[in-house]
Amino acid sequence: MAKIDFEIPKLEDYPVVPAVKEGTMKHSQPYKAIDKFQEPLGYPGKLVDNWKERALDKMGELLGKYRSLQVYLDSCVKCGACTDKCHYFLGTSDPKNMPVGRQDLLRKVYRRHFTFAGKYFPKLVGAEDLTKDVLDDWYSYYHQCSQCRRCSVFCPYGIDTAEISMAAREILDSVGEGQKYCNEIIAKVYKIGNNLGLPGPALVDTLEGLEEDVEEETNIQVKYPVDQKGADILLITPSADFFAEPHVDGLIGYGKVFHQAGLSWTLSSYASEAANFGMFIGSYENMRQVSLRIRKAALDLGVKRIIFGECGHAWRVAYSFLNTLAGPFDFLDKRYPVPQHICELTHGLIESGVLRFDKSANDDMVLTYHDSCNVARASRMGRKPGGQFTIPRDIIRASCNNFYDMPYETIHDSTFCCGGGGGLLTDDLMEVRIKGAMPRAQALKQVVDDYGVTHMAAICAICKSQFTKVLPYFGFTMDQIVSVHQLVSNAIVMDIKEV
Amino acid sequence: MSVLYGVLFFLASIIFIGGLVYKIRQYWRTPAPLKIPTTPAPVTQTGVVWRLFREVVFFESLFRSTKWTWIFGWLFHFGLFLVLVRHLRYFIDPIPVWLVWLQPFGKYAAFAMLFGLAGLLARRIFVDRVRYISAPSDYLMLLLLLAIGSSGLLMTFVFHTYIVGVKAFFRGLMYFDWQALPADPVLLAHLGMVMFLMIIFPFSKLLHAPGIFFSPTRNQVDNPREKRHLAPWAEKLEAVDGQ
Repeated sequence: MAKIDFEIPKLEDYPVVPAVKEGTMKHSQPYKAIDKFQEPLGYPGKLVDNWKERALDKMGELLGKYRSLQVYLDSCVKCGACTDKCHYFLGTSDPKNMPVGRQDLLRKVYRRHFTFAGKYFPKLVGAEDLTKDVLDDWYSYYHQCSQCRRCSVFCPYGIDTAEISMAAREILDSVGEGQKYCNEIIAKVYKIGNNLGLPGPALVDTLEGLEEDVEEETNIQVKYPVDQKGADILLITPSADFFAEPHVDGLIGYGKVFHQAGLSWTLSSYASEAANFGMFIGSYENMRQVSLRIRKAALDLGVKRIIFGECGHAWRVAYSFLNTLAGPFDFLDKRYPVPQHICELTHGLIESGVLRFDKSANDDMVLTYHDSCNVARASRMGRKPGGQFTIPRDIIRASCNNFYDMPYETIHDSTFCCGGGGGLLTDDLMEVRIKGAMPRAQALKQVVDDYGVTHMAAICAICKSQFTKVLPYFGFTMDQIVSVHQLVSNAIVMDIKEV
Repeated sequence: MSVLYGVLFFLASIIFIGGLVYKIRQYWRTPAPLKIPTTPAPVTQTGVVWRLFREVVFFESLFRSTKWTWIFGWLFHFGLFLVLVRHLRYFIDPIPVWLVWLQPFGKYAAFAMLFGLAGLLARRIFVDRVRYISAPSDYLMLLLLLAIGSSGLLMTFVFHTYIVGVKAFFRGLMYFDWQALPADPVLLAHLGMVMFLMIIFPFSKLLHAPGIFFSPTRNQVDNPREKRHLAPWAEKLEAVDGQ
């Protein structure tokens, strides 16, 4: 654990809404992107001289492009319903981390410059000029939002702070105040094909190593193919799956599922990344460019289906946006949804009896399941609304004997974000990540105490990385986080057959 | 005084309707370039109508969020709704049977409305989080509504105004046949504040009323894998790179 100079929130026995403490997180700012990370994305390298003018122009442009932004900036009545819903507020007590507090940073400028009331009666309606101090607040607090949408569930008008945060980040980018972590990563995707900057040959090496490990363990030759033309399925998975723990155990699981079901599949070295950080910075154009790589890979490899691995925001972009951004996918097999989630595939194979499990293989664990925010509130699995909750749980129950859910108000569409989503999974934001993980850690502690839960399964690369890093601060161990397909991998009954 | 109020009422109505039309047109015309319903979301258009119905009539999300705000908010809005419907009797002649039947409900709904408003005001003052987010206009809006409601109640139950004259005045406005408005101070205050509310409606947070119908997280069908959802400006990007 890294050295820290702030107080770790205490885990109470029941959820507590903290009293407001102003300014506690004003200092929290991620590193800014320098010119070499800004320019490949089409943004100025440093804060431009006429930033105020440019920022307001950009705001005006976005108001005309996004109905969500226009309606949400107008509609808030300050009812307070969202004020105790954000994990970052619960963990930091900073009122600018209340969803409405965060929105108001942008709303007060909108009112001042774009509305009659704010132009002529600014004090009355809480309108404020765009000053450098406000811009700094934007940079601080719009990088303390994981775009998890929990607030939008509880807002009577469905106001989604994620939409506001994305717009704010796009405005910041357009005046030269980009975030290093996100923008460096997007530039890497353009250059190399994935967030980690793992080049093709290294990827091939890694996967060969995996094949050896799996063969050693199971005596079965499970293939992890890359760039195999003519394969039926293109698997797009977060690059963390290639070597981070416990992500890689999930990837091993996907391979075993494909192998056992006799499906031909491949990864792509060109599109070796599921995550799309273009969404985090609110940039339609960048999100689209990253998505088009997947389309190109599918065309080049001549696949019939696209399946996504375990990744939360990636699944949102894949499920909700991919068809719009990079479609139509009429060259793929029309019998399958485009794209599919690996859990949808596995679930279908379980239902049709293709996969069998020896559940006792997971008897050393008592499990709970963390609904990843963007899967839960911004996507779906299967045909029915809510499939994103039942399908992963069905898979866990099919492969494990011991499963307990966390308290109801912290799961399904009320789930708490892990604290590291939306472009915050970087060491320079450790404080907000740890504090933001408190509500989830608290819920986890409850089932640990009540049911003896030992492990928490997740289907998101960010959740897995975040939890392995921050849960130790709350008295858990880093190996208590597992991939859902790791459980599948442990329990799946493999037939010996020729491939 | 009658002439002044008559002119003001025309003006207020024009600003109210014109402003709302302008805002609704703006919401209508601004594209929603991506599918962003808060899921689980309905997979059919009918489902979306039902979702919006529950949201508008029962305040479903607010109910899940905080029970106190829901109780106060719902009592206020539902009370206001009944009161407004009851007020139709001052514009319609003859009064239809259902409106006669509604009369007692509409009268007593004003108490629910005031109770709800008082609760919302208390919450704004006593809950530190809500106090933090409140601007002066947020308090004034509640006070304005409280004053409108109280002055109305006063006329219904304490200082009765010459209501037949009031109706004649409004019917006169509708048919451009000027009639005198009773010069009763409570009535004038009540009507003045209502006009003020109408005028500020399109410039204030009261836009939440049309806004909810345009909220993409609530009004979109969950079908992005089946249907593309291209905004006109996004379509242009495709034309640029010839895809």
